[in-house]
Amino acid sequence: MEIVLISLLNGFVYGMLLFMLASGLTLIFSMMGVLNFAHAGIYMIGAYVAFEVSRMVGFWPALIIAPLVCAAIGAAIEVWGLRRTHHNGHIAELLFTFGLFFIIERGVQMVWGMLPVPYRVPTALDFPLFNLYGINFPAYRGFMLLIAGGMLLSIWLLLTRTRIGLIIQASLTHPNMVSSLGHNVPRVFTMVFAGGCFLAGLAGVIGGNYQVTEPSMAAALGPIVFVVVVFGGLGSLAGCFIASIIVGMLQTFAVVVDFSLSDLLGGLGDWIGTKNLLGEILAVPVSRIGPLLPYAMMVLMLLFRPRGLMGTRDT
Amino acid sequence: MLGAFRQFAKCVLIAGMLLGSGAAVAQETIKIAFIAPFSGAFAANGDAWLKMLRYAMDNTNARGGALGKKFELVTFDDKIQPSEALIALKSVVDQNIPVVIQCVGSNVAAAMVDGVSRHNQRNPKNRVLYLNCSALATELTEEKCDFWHFRFSANVTQRVATMVRGLPAEAKSVYLMNQDYLYGQGVAADTKKFLAQYRPDIKIVGEEFVPLGKIKDFSSYIAKVKTSGAQALLTSNWGPDFNLLMKAGVESGLDIKYYTFSAHLNGGPTAMGDGGGNRVIAVLEGHDNMGAELGNAKAEEWVKGFRATDPGIDYPWINFQTMFDMLASAINKAGSTDPLKVAVALEGIQVPDMYGEVNTMRKDDHQIMQPFYTAMFTKPVKYDSEKTGWGWKTLTKSTTQDLTFPTTCKMKRPSGS
Repeated sequence: MEIVLISLLNGFVYGMLLFMLASGLTLIFSMMGVLNFAHAGIYMIGAYVAFEVSRMVGFWPALIIAPLVCAAIGAAIEVWGLRRTHHNGHIAELLFTFGLFFIIERGVQMVWGMLPVPYRVPTALDFPLFNLYGINFPAYRGFMLLIAGGMLLSIWLLLTRTRIGLIIQASLTHPNMVSSLGHNVPRVFTMVFAGGCFLAGLAGVIGGNYQVTEPSMAAALGPIVFVVVVFGGLGSLAGCFIASIIVGMLQTFAVVVDFSLSDLLGGLGDWIGTKNLLGEILAVPVSRIGPLLPYAMMVLMLLFRPRGLMGTRDT
Repeated sequence: MLGAFRQFAKCVLIAGMLLGSGAAVAQETIKIAFIAPFSGAFAANGDAWLKMLRYAMDNTNARGGALGKKFELVTFDDKIQPSEALIALKSVVDQNIPVVIQCVGSNVAAAMVDGVSRHNQRNPKNRVLYLNCSALATELTEEKCDFWHFRFSANVTQRVATMVRGLPAEAKSVYLMNQDYLYGQGVAADTKKFLAQYRPDIKIVGEEFVPLGKIKDFSSYIAKVKTSGAQALLTSNWGPDFNLLMKAGVESGLDIKYYTFSAHLNGGPTAMGDGGGNRVIAVLEGHDNMGAELGNAKAEEWVKGFRATDPGIDYPWINFQTMFDMLASAINKAGSTDPLKVAVALEGIQVPDMYGEVNTMRKDDHQIMQPFYTAMFTKPVKYDSEKTGWGWKTLTKSTTQDLTFPTTCKMKRPSGS
């Protein structure tokens, strides 16, 4: 029982981190049709910038400065990069962001080196929030939930209650009409891209000291974020939220599950035994294949419902 | 316009040739290839290994190198993938490099042993010698043993024996956590074997296999360890799998001791921080304080020399220095860099290590015989690790005799050996 509660909390925290990253990606993709491969790279830049700023000034300024820096980088990418490749179609934009990812990764390696940097949780938040069956739940994770929740709320408010949000929503489906009405649609796109990068940067600030800040962190989290976006469906923030929580829970609970398919099969499993190939495959406990499960889920989703959970467009 | 361009092109060409010809007058060196991950999840390990190998090589070069020539390292990235390492091996033999070092990842090493063996069989005029400085799976000197492979570090069996012998009398329940590949599975099997043999009073309350380099949050694993009620966690996780495990363990405030194979490697001390103090034990061949502990001035100078280069890491793999010393000695004895002659000269070679203990390269399986130690992460120490304020202090020693086990290796020897 204890392990279920603890895994529930941890899965939720991980899911919220994924949501912070995936929400920016799905917003950008919904608005502009650009699948931003460099998104995980922006996440990494956010973590490294936060590390530098927290070394010089402190963690709390870093919480504001790092996402702003990422937003600025995002705006620069959009204005000078994506706007030009837009004429050449979606593939060109995709390749551009793909190449950008490698440049960012290598750039980070060149500036900060290959070794992980000691980006630690600030001492103000480095205490156990409560103790659950002998395991401490760090206050920093509670803080992560707070930030992610606050972020979710502000995006929702922004998109539904403000003028700019309504313009953004309209540009999503009827960019030409919005442009005819006199709104600066390219600027809206830049703002959305910068906003997505702001979210990725914020995720980097929070996630960098939750995990280890090192040059391979982008490549490690990148694929999972795509799984979340595809699974949740393009064009839907709610779907993205549900998908992030599901993937987060799945990966966390998979570790706990020690039984295998052959255990489920019961007598049949015993009859097959473990001396042959089929038996060996069936005897693998779920905890050993945990990281595989989100990808398996994504493949199933693409086969049966390519739109994703709550998508408004086909993937 | 075109004429001016042609003139410019001619100037560039001439300048290029002049600059290029300068390189032809370079000193002749003995090239050694080093295949390791320099990108991806384990890039930090490739980088750390390179720093340590370079330092050991420079040290051997300063003492004359071999046959009057200096050693030179040429690096190749394998991204810890066996397929990439074999592609790199192709480049190595194309460049006629006689010696290749690969040690990060037993999965890659297993492929390298096969690759080198097959290549040498088919190309007797362009052979390459494979030096393994830290790929530890025992199989590489047992079932998979090969004449062209030499291992310069105690293997899994020897390390597990050291760890089990070093377990305190109070330990009664342990949890096993290892990575899910050749190396981790070997550690798990050997741990069970030696616990049954040396410490039948200890109970294994749980076992876990973690996918290599994939898990980013170990809190669920730590929760499982807690519910099992284990007093100690025995883990051979290395690289990011170790650093993240320690991070989660320390954060959760779990009150257990950690017996590890990798706490002393790059990033380990940083990941543990204060939370690992007086709680983490590492199984290692050396550490930065051992020279001072033994009153060995040469060893201490060696460590100080490495620290002066501001490497950001400790230098626990003293066997890298032993490896270069053995290689230089063998090349001098053989009188050439021909892999066959050097291999024959390496077999049975005896060279003292950094702490004065004589290490032997056993002829039967090409496994080095050396003592091994356990050490505690504690303070105060003379040389701290990665600027954390904490460092290593030796706890127990297993002698070469303790760790000399019989081998089942039956290697095919090429003609002329």
